[in-house]
Amino acid sequence: MLELDVTCQLGTFALEARFSCETAGITAIFGRSGAGKTSLVNTLAGLLQPARGRILLRGQTLFDSQRGINLPPEKRRLGYVFQEGRLFPHLSVRRNLTYGYKRAPAAERPVGLDQVVALLGIEDLLERRPGALSGGEKQRVALGRALLANPRLLLMDEPLAALDQPRKEEILPFIEQLKDQLDLPIVYVSHSMQEIVRLADTLVLMSNGRIEAVGPLEEVTSRLDLRPLTGRYEAGAVLTTTVAGQDRTFGLTELRFAGGRLRVPHLGLPLGQQLRVRIRARDVSIALAPPENISILNIIPCVIKAIGEEKSPQIDLQLDAGGAAIWSRITARSRTALGLRPGLQVYALIKSVAIDRQSLGRRDGAERFLAEDD
Amino acid sequence: MLELTPLETEALGLSLRVALWSVAVSLPFGLAVAWLLARYDFFGKTVLNVVVHLPLVLPPVVVGYMLLILFGRQGALGAWLYASFGVSLAFTWEGAALAAAVMAFPLMVRAMRLSIETVDRKLETAARTLGASRANVFVTITLPLIMPGILAGAVLAFARSLGEFGATITFVSNIPQETRTLPLALYSLIQSPSGEAGALRLVVLSVLLSLAALGASEAIARRLRARISD
Repeated sequence: MLELDVTCQLGTFALEARFSCETAGITAIFGRSGAGKTSLVNTLAGLLQPARGRILLRGQTLFDSQRGINLPPEKRRLGYVFQEGRLFPHLSVRRNLTYGYKRAPAAERPVGLDQVVALLGIEDLLERRPGALSGGEKQRVALGRALLANPRLLLMDEPLAALDQPRKEEILPFIEQLKDQLDLPIVYVSHSMQEIVRLADTLVLMSNGRIEAVGPLEEVTSRLDLRPLTGRYEAGAVLTTTVAGQDRTFGLTELRFAGGRLRVPHLGLPLGQQLRVRIRARDVSIALAPPENISILNIIPCVIKAIGEEKSPQIDLQLDAGGAAIWSRITARSRTALGLRPGLQVYALIKSVAIDRQSLGRRDGAERFLAEDD
Repeated sequence: MLELTPLETEALGLSLRVALWSVAVSLPFGLAVAWLLARYDFFGKTVLNVVVHLPLVLPPVVVGYMLLILFGRQGALGAWLYASFGVSLAFTWEGAALAAAVMAFPLMVRAMRLSIETVDRKLETAARTLGASRANVFVTITLPLIMPGILAGAVLAFARSLGEFGATITFVSNIPQETRTLPLALYSLIQSPSGEAGALRLVVLSVLLSLAALGASEAIARRLRARISD
């Protein structure tokens, strides 16, 4: 359990954050640039002292302005992976990796060098200097260094932001494995919904130095009132699905969820595997009756739950499909033409090819499906 | 021809001793002042900065005379030093080392300050999150990273101390076997009518000594830099 209630004044920017959440799995902190995500994580790590408030992690007080407690960073035992790696240039990769390990209490370091080196695939880098590593390699070493300090919680501040897409794909599977293999809770800061859908269990939504929402990923991303914060282009809902079948003739995989089934481009996953799918609002069309003679494979019966109030030519609909939330973005013109209103039975049309691999997130300890899919 | 005369040996030995002591004693102070100037903002920072740099712009004779006023037997600090510890700096080789240290101090501080300012402080915070205390971070991260700068400062100060003349002759005079360093011996030889050949030998000796110091520092700095950057 992480409980945080802090106030900080940084020039003209005020951080006033208060939330509590379970420290299990990956907790993502999402917000636009300048929302205060990094400041929030820095108060956690002890790199930024709040003006007042308190921070509790698993029952231990890290900061309490009233009781005059402010543990220095080195006593908090939180791992921190920074955006830019921050490897020590004068030490070899091996000595970078063991820097934190040597300083952790001997009784509290179940994770050892060999395990981390194997997990991250960095055997060949050990004797090199950080200056001789590529961007992706540097981030892997930085991740390993933080893990080897055997922290009680791992903080990651946009660890992939400085990398291009192929390098991101190189690192993401390692982060996914951490959850399963090391049982290490992670706080993951990002402004990329793609990364968050793929990794996060819990979502903390930030805006202008304040916490706007905290909750399970599916729940927070499906709230219509938070739409302005989750972003126009990124708008969409996250569904938890199960692999229910494979269509080998046409190379399709069938996913079952509360509201029916989805057919998506082939995924090399076993039956019964849980999978998270993000469906963008702009990829969902609406029909009043099930259409015939149409190329779209996914036709999901739903009920209109809410209609977003936006004074623009485009509006968002929140649809209820057997309990699961789906969003649809249509024009205000279509809304009037079809006479859409809350409570109306409609059909959501979702193009299969709109669900790409970046819309998919892994659930539980599965194999790295992206690699198999190549 | 290649053998040193007793006078040369004496002057060379004295110069090396004075320069080494001057660097050794001023090094911790230089590092502390450089650290203060590079890392902190405080009331009187400008004043400290000016005072440190004064020997660079003042005539050396003025510095020497100020030292004499302060550290002479009757001087404010000199009287106290003599009464408490029986130490007298005026007209001794220790005094020559002090004069050399004061004159070289700005050069030493400048080189160290520059290197401290180029250290990425984000590396230090990273080390803190990995369990290292402030002191531990300084020893394991900051110090190795600024080592080339410390070395550069020390070598500059050493070379400057070898050549110190004005403040030395004013503060500790030109006493054979006590304060007659290479430049002072050279000066004495130039003053005497038959000293030209001896003066030339001392000039060559001075040049060789300075070149050796610079060469050694370059070699070490290159190795340190290679360790940090590759």
